[in-house]
Amino acid sequence: MRDVELAKGVAELLERDCRLTPAEIATMLAEDEAAVAATIEELEREGVIMRYSAKVNWQKLDENAKLFAMIEVSVTPERDYGFDKIAARIAKFPEVHSLYLMSGGYDFEVVIEGKSMRDIALFVAERVSPLPGVRSTCTHFVLRLYKRDGDMLISEPASERLAVSP
Amino acid sequence: MTHRVAARVRDLPPSGLRRFFDLVSKMDDVVTLGVGEPDFATPWHICDSMVDALERGRTSYTPSAGIPALRQAITDYVRRRYEVAYDPESEVIVTSGVSEALDLAFRALLEPGDQVAVVTPCYVAYPACVELAGGELITVGTRLEDGFALDPELLESTLTPRTKALLISYPNNPTGAVMSREQLVRIARIAVERDLFVVSDEVYDQLVYDGHEHVCVPGLPGMRERTLLLNGFSKSYAMTGLRLGYACGPRDIIAGMLRIHQYTALCCSVVAQWGAVEALTNGDSEAARMRGEYARRRPYLTRALNAIGLPCFEPKGAFYCFPSIRHTGLTSEAFAGRLLEEERVAVVPGNAFGAAGEGFIRCTYATSLDQIKLAVERIAQFLKRLDARTPRAGVPNG
Repeated sequence: MRDVELAKGVAELLERDCRLTPAEIATMLAEDEAAVAATIEELEREGVIMRYSAKVNWQKLDENAKLFAMIEVSVTPERDYGFDKIAARIAKFPEVHSLYLMSGGYDFEVVIEGKSMRDIALFVAERVSPLPGVRSTCTHFVLRLYKRDGDMLISEPASERLAVSP
Repeated sequence: MTHRVAARVRDLPPSGLRRFFDLVSKMDDVVTLGVGEPDFATPWHICDSMVDALERGRTSYTPSAGIPALRQAITDYVRRRYEVAYDPESEVIVTSGVSEALDLAFRALLEPGDQVAVVTPCYVAYPACVELAGGELITVGTRLEDGFALDPELLESTLTPRTKALLISYPNNPTGAVMSREQLVRIARIAVERDLFVVSDEVYDQLVYDGHEHVCVPGLPGMRERTLLLNGFSKSYAMTGLRLGYACGPRDIIAGMLRIHQYTALCCSVVAQWGAVEALTNGDSEAARMRGEYARRRPYLTRALNAIGLPCFEPKGAFYCFPSIRHTGLTSEAFAGRLLEEERVAVVPGNAFGAAGEGFIRCTYATSLDQIKLAVERIAQFLKRLDARTPRAGVPNG
């Protein structure tokens, strides 16, 4: 039986900094190091922790390195499968960065990663639009990223905090 | 004319922090555990409400006691959290931080020669506020062995017939100590018996950990009528530079403070006051988020300091650790000075907080985990070198 609070604490800390050691996490959560290590292993095994990666601000490295577009896709849901089958077909393309089922004016929000506007436009025209069930698409290109996954991507002025204060 | 500056100001010792601040500001690459403020930016919803206040043209004077919405929010807060009721019309005053409230309090309370018992180690401004108001300072030291809680017997033996007031602050800066209800009830009993007025600085009231429940002094039996409760927005809501605090207390004391405040300050920044209304009304979740961060760094720093040989009691409040450096044989100033010179780590020497702080240094965990790690590494190196150079004096700690 998993300790849900511990699992949540571990996941939250690792999500922010996956280089924390089990000992460090244990100290911060006032838990036993072995228990933390076991929890991490379990979370990895169960796919709760999917992988460890670095958050990269590509805009800083090369402004033209990556281009994103948000595609609004309207589809006709299928008998027995609803939206899931067509979603799986769209998601399998490596160009698809994220895929969400939406409420409101359209069905899927598809985030496409590509090298150029032409690449992305062609991908939508040749791969997404022809899929059975797809009724319409509308492509919006991302011009600039300001914040992603909770991280500010625009530079903020350095803190002016004094080094010693009462 | 020999002196242009008045004697009472000349006699005021400079803040023990000032010297360090001057040193640090000339150095590069300093890792600092020396700050006394949150490392978080003011929660954005609070900033947004201040931007809104500006957009609405809210830039004029306010009532001296503070805008009614804020006084109402303050009394609501104190009632909601501690079940202590104050009248927003006559028992609250909004001040420029707790600092101004302290100054007003003692100027309103003290006749020349009245004594104020100050529990030490304490915030650097307490002695100066008492002395500038013409009061006489007597200190009641607290000790590591008591977890830096105020010892009732020591308090009783320190009081004299001229002692008019007691100034306490729990959770405490610099020690991080807290006091339980039982402990505070004993202090309250003494205050009632000896007819003491108590000034209770509770600016760290929201920053308590490990399930400790903050006890609000005016909520204790017999204390509401003899207590001035001080609090502010700096620590709980990361609003240090906005300079806003408040005092709640009996009508006569608040009226006295207000009389001084209306001449010397007129009123506090109206923009900050609207920010404070937002903080008290909608700030709980952001305050909890910041407290959660401190709660994780606190055991990390405490354990790390213990591990490298700086015995550190477990602080249950504020955002400071107060490790002992007695076994090094150095004074706290020498220790902090050399640590800064040799390893570029800024900590605050304990004696800046009164004689009872000698033998300790104040380290904050209101800084990022990376900075804490780096600082601890450097302190460890420093201790190792110190050990190699000076044979241990063999004085056990404590």
